[in-house]
Amino acid sequence: MGREITIKVLKYNPTDSQSTPTFVEYTLEETPGMTLYIALTKIKSSIDHDLTSDFVCRAGICGACGMLVNGKPQLACRTLTSDFEGGKIELLPLPTFKLIKDLSVDTGAWMEKMSLRVHSWIEKHEETDLAKLEKRVEPAVADEVFELDRCIECGICVASCSTAIMREDFVGAVGLNRVARFSIDPHDTRTDEDFYELIGDDDGIFGCMSLMACEDHCPKNLSLQSKIAYMRRKLVMS
Amino acid sequence: MQIKYADALIIGGGLAGLRSAIATGAKGLDTIVLSLVPVKRSHSAAAQGGMQASLANSIMGEGDNEDVHFSDTVKGSDWGCDQEVARMFVTTAPKAIRELAAWGVPWSRVQKGDREVVINTKQTTITEKEEAHGLINARDFGGTKKWRTCYTADATGHTMLYAVANEAMRLGVKIEDKKEAISLIMQEDQCVGAIVRDLKDGTLCAYVAKGTMIATGGYGRIYKQSTNATICKGTGHAIAIEAGAYMGNMEAVQFHPTPIVPSGILLTEGCRGDGGVLRDKDGYRFMPDYEPEKKDLASRDVVSRRMLEHIKKGKGVPSPYGDHLWLDISILGREHVEKNLRDVRDISMTFNGIDPADPAEKGWMPVLPMQHYSMGGIRVTPEGHSVNIKGLFSCGEAACWDLHGFNRLGGNSVSETVVSGMIIGNYFADYCNTTEITISTAAVHQELDKQQRYLESLLELEGEENIYNIKDEMRRIMQEKVGIFRNGKDLEDAVSELKALLQKTKQIRITKKESHLNQELEEAYKVPMMLKVALCVAKGARDRTESRGAHYREDYLKRDDANWLNRTLSYWAAADDLEPTLKYEPLDIMKMEMPPAFRGYGKKGNTIENPLSQVRQEEVDSIVASHQGDRFTLQEKLMPFKLQPEYKRQNERIGEDNNG
Ligand SMILES: Cc1cc2nc3c(=O)[nH]c(=O)nc-3n(C[C@H](O)[C@H](O)[C@H](O)COP(=O)(O)OP(=O)(O)OC[C@H]3O[C@@H](n4cnc5c(N)ncnc54)[C@H](O)[C@@H]3O)c2cc1C
Ligand code: SF4
Ligand code: FES
Repeated sequence: MGREITIKVLKYNPTDSQSTPTFVEYTLEETPGMTLYIALTKIKSSIDHDLTSDFVCRAGICGACGMLVNGKPQLACRTLTSDFEGGKIELLPLPTFKLIKDLSVDTGAWMEKMSLRVHSWIEKHEETDLAKLEKRVEPAVADEVFELDRCIECGICVASCSTAIMREDFVGAVGLNRVARFSIDPHDTRTDEDFYELIGDDDGIFGCMSLMACEDHCPKNLSLQSKIAYMRRKLVMS
Repeated sequence: MQIKYADALIIGGGLAGLRSAIATGAKGLDTIVLSLVPVKRSHSAAAQGGMQASLANSIMGEGDNEDVHFSDTVKGSDWGCDQEVARMFVTTAPKAIRELAAWGVPWSRVQKGDREVVINTKQTTITEKEEAHGLINARDFGGTKKWRTCYTADATGHTMLYAVANEAMRLGVKIEDKKEAISLIMQEDQCVGAIVRDLKDGTLCAYVAKGTMIATGGYGRIYKQSTNATICKGTGHAIAIEAGAYMGNMEAVQFHPTPIVPSGILLTEGCRGDGGVLRDKDGYRFMPDYEPEKKDLASRDVVSRRMLEHIKKGKGVPSPYGDHLWLDISILGREHVEKNLRDVRDISMTFNGIDPADPAEKGWMPVLPMQHYSMGGIRVTPEGHSVNIKGLFSCGEAACWDLHGFNRLGGNSVSETVVSGMIIGNYFADYCNTTEITISTAAVHQELDKQQRYLESLLELEGEENIYNIKDEMRRIMQEKVGIFRNGKDLEDAVSELKALLQKTKQIRITKKESHLNQELEEAYKVPMMLKVALCVAKGARDRTESRGAHYREDYLKRDDANWLNRTLSYWAAADDLEPTLKYEPLDIMKMEMPPAFRGYGKKGNTIENPLSQVRQEEVDSIVASHQGDRFTLQEKLMPFKLQPEYKRQNERIGEDNNG
């Protein structure tokens, strides 16, 4: 027999005029290696069919399942229930994003807007002949781009960020990291001036107040602060 | 209820769907992509190990080309694949990877000079050529003769998906997420769009299009234990089944040797590709005893079965979740693990508290084979068109194109998604460009009403059953009776139990009566769909009395080329049938470039030969012997295949003069 744990969830359906935000508490038996994905799936199938949450890969890869776990924004599928000593866990939806229902928020729409804003794609002038050898890239440079390409758009940095709460259009650490990623990609022909055009304002690099919460919580351990500082220096100089 | 119009409707925003959308978008077609989740969360993001393309840049890939890739793929498929499709694929794969590089996938690159690798558990130094410096690197993967699997550490699917999604966004493709296609709109025997449910507000909308493509990925979640994401439920297959489409080889289901126990999260084949090995409860490396040549890197079906065979001999490691085996990557050294297998290490540390870079036993990770890939799918022509429904196309894991036959090679799947997105995406675009449809609004509304009434009727059910229990029961049956080892009796039972479950889905009760944001209602319409898919798998497996690739019958151990060199077609003959009808599509040995033979791994002498195999082999041998000219003209003589001219062009490689 595993120990008993209680999971308290803030339930609310904004599309239902009858619904008000309410905490609902569920008690269940912990099994070895139980994650919040396993626990919530169990609750959904046996205690409360109406509970809504978003899990896709359940392996910490897709970025779908960010939520506040005892106040801290993190990926629920990577969170083991055994990490909580008293066995008491409180779950709230990620702030800043539009609430869909219970623990499900609309990160998709937010990320789309950010991506369009920062032109999150390779801009290039040359045509590629697909039958010819690919463009050479220094192995170390490829590794560096990869490092920044690891972001999974989970939105945890955004949910941790004070600027993002105040400024609806702030692109967040995720957006600034994205720009840094394209700025070092040898396939992208944009110049620093081009990037400045995109993010040289208070919704971009000047919005960040360097509070560091994004970096503390990023599940991919991206060094967001140093990237933001780097972008700021680089773009101010240009 | 609303109606939207588009030229091209693409259901599914994984690699296959998005790459197709780029093809239709580039040809000026008004394109809409639908996805259950934001597209960058599609299951493609989970692919870790890599993508196969015969670039031959790394020294360990030297001599690789389309011919070698072709031969590996055909052998891997256990001669079940369509060889012309395999040729289309291997010819386009190098172009696909170069396109992805240009769109920003940060492929790992070759560093000239010496490099330490582990080959066959031994530290070995290889020397990369000067002229290869900065070109795309490759790693070793199961079932391949050369190092051909290109990668970005172990997050290959993620970087590919982001690059393709970004490019689609640049082109302005319309992408709608939290949208689920729940049925196809048919006009006589032509598909003219789909009925789509908005997962946020529960409303239905009809999307009318000249052509419809299904790129919804695999159906792994019909099994209890699967590496697949929670959304891989096969509903894309189900809507095609309900429209009457033929499914191909649904019984061909792959099990991966090394998901971690108990969560089922995959540890990439790259672990063994890079030199990791499997061990038993005594710490003994057992694979070389079974497979002296390919050892831990024989094809997936073979390794998975050998592992279970070894456990049956009492060599498994006991645990609360049953017996498992160990995967050891500690021998690769901490630096390698931390750099190239970072996600693997992360998964193992997060979910099991094991640091696989720790030396010896301490770092071994518990693994057991689980469902991983769906070779079967919507049966399509080499151009990606459903073989029996006009206007319906399919590509990626959802389709049976049929590149993989009865077993697909690691790294060939993400490669297939983008390659088929290029090839089929373009044929699909041509179809949409030359097709005009006329459908009355009344007919569309009729279909919308029908689906609306169906969903309402589900909410009105007042039975005793719980839909979650039915789903669990289905997944258990599939796991236990339609798994890695199969036999006639279990399969017979599985078919009748699944039929009984399908009937039970009409005796449920849904707690909440809301028509939107009601995940129980979603289960209530999805589970019957999943059961139809499961029945195609189970019945196809029951009737296929041979062992081929991943389909392994304990009561029919041999691959039977004399009677079973064919493709299973399953379909719903009448809407209220409880099981599919099966028929078979023969494979023509006399047209094969590579007639059936031994795979080079697995048990020898385990085939019931077809006399034509030898006849064709002699024919092939004599064509080869009398041939003058390069390998391309030879190939053309052996088995001509059709492909868009821009993709058929010869692929440049270093050190390959004139491509000969
Ligand atoms: C853990 C793991 C690791 C893997 N590693 C590798 C690897 O290293 N190399 C390799 O080659 N292959 C690998 N594979 C296989 C490969 O990732 C998949 O086969 C491939 O990514 C499938 O891509 P797809 O575009 O066909 O489908 P998916 O990426 O699954 O996309 C399906 C899309 O369809 C949408 N969808 C589904 N149903 C509906 C519906 N009814 N209505 C609307 N939209 C719908 C989904 O939202 C999604 O956008 C791996 C698979 C797994 C499980
Ligand atoms: S930067 Fe980190 S926290 Fe922010 S979205 Fe990307 S992965 Fe998530
Ligand atoms: S479900 Fe994919 S990251 Fe948690």
